Amino acid sequence: MSHASTETGAGHGSYGSYAIGFVLSVILTVIPFGMVMSGNFSRETALISMLVMGVVQIVVHLVCFLHMNTSSEGRWNLLAFLFTVLIIVMLVGLAIWIMVNADMLMMPWMFK
Amino acid sequence: MSTDVMSSHHAAGHDHEHDHDSGGNTVFGFWLYLMTDCVLFASVFATYAVLVNHTAGGPSGKDIFELPYVLGETFLLLISSCTYGFSMLAAHRGAKSQALAWLGATFLLGAGFIGMEINEFHHLIVEGFGPDRSAFLSSFFTLVGMHGLHVTAGLVWMLVLMAQIKTRGLTSQNNTRLMCLSLFWHFLDIVWICVFTIVYLMGVAA
Repeated sequence: MSHASTETGAGHGSYGSYAIGFVLSVILTVIPFGMVMSGNFSRETALISMLVMGVVQIVVHLVCFLHMNTSSEGRWNLLAFLFTVLIIVMLVGLAIWIMVNADMLMMPWMFK
Repeated sequence: MSTDVMSSHHAAGHDHEHDHDSGGNTVFGFWLYLMTDCVLFASVFATYAVLVNHTAGGPSGKDIFELPYVLGETFLLLISSCTYGFSMLAAHRGAKSQALAWLGATFLLGAGFIGMEINEFHHLIVEGFGPDRSAFLSSFFTLVGMHGLHVTAGLVWMLVLMAQIKTRGLTSQNNTRLMCLSLFWHFLDIVWICVFTIVYLMGVAA
């Protein structure tokens, strides 16, 4: 970096990083949309691949657009983010687990 | 990068160093706010996931979502992320008018996204599929609407920041604000990835 930059964990990136991020994002967006819109794939294949590509695209955005990294000044951002991911996994996972079970017990006709 | 930090700490005068640190702390504090916003969105996503099948005899996602339209919205937001990045790079070079031009482009793309979303909501409500139709539609409008409100807030912030940069130039304060809005804007694009995957794509595929 030519400029001494000390923004905590948020670099400026370069044209290259934005270009790579953009191209990868376009690919990772068009493929799942194409799969669902064409209707040529089984439900399971489409669901699994769209979830995988969604996660990959989030990582691409984090690295290429938000410039997240493991350097010393980026470490606290990364730690805060990982902690948030843990909270979100528990929040969403447990909420779905509990509520789907409640639905199955109380409204079994919805799950033929 | 870490060596740059070390050398700038040694070279910079005390005041300058102080400015640097408070700017960095502001950006880090804003990042922590974004993390709490993540949890807010996650709660609404969980609500949506729980209620997605509760259509009360009304339409399901398959019946009302138009994927080509959503793909258009997605591209507007994705391109706006890139133009914001170009604005950051221009500001980093000290090119004020270029930074403002890219910010303007970002604003237009974001406004286009909001326009498309309002149009989509309007169509659904006119057809009788408003948020009062079913629990599924209530949670759909809450989730997508909350993202839309965030984008709208980002657009207002962007206008104010453009005025500030225009009048006061690329001061260190304005650069910190630009950095915070950058995090906000890219973060909203990431939330949109979750929205189009979980709401639209899974809604049509399931």
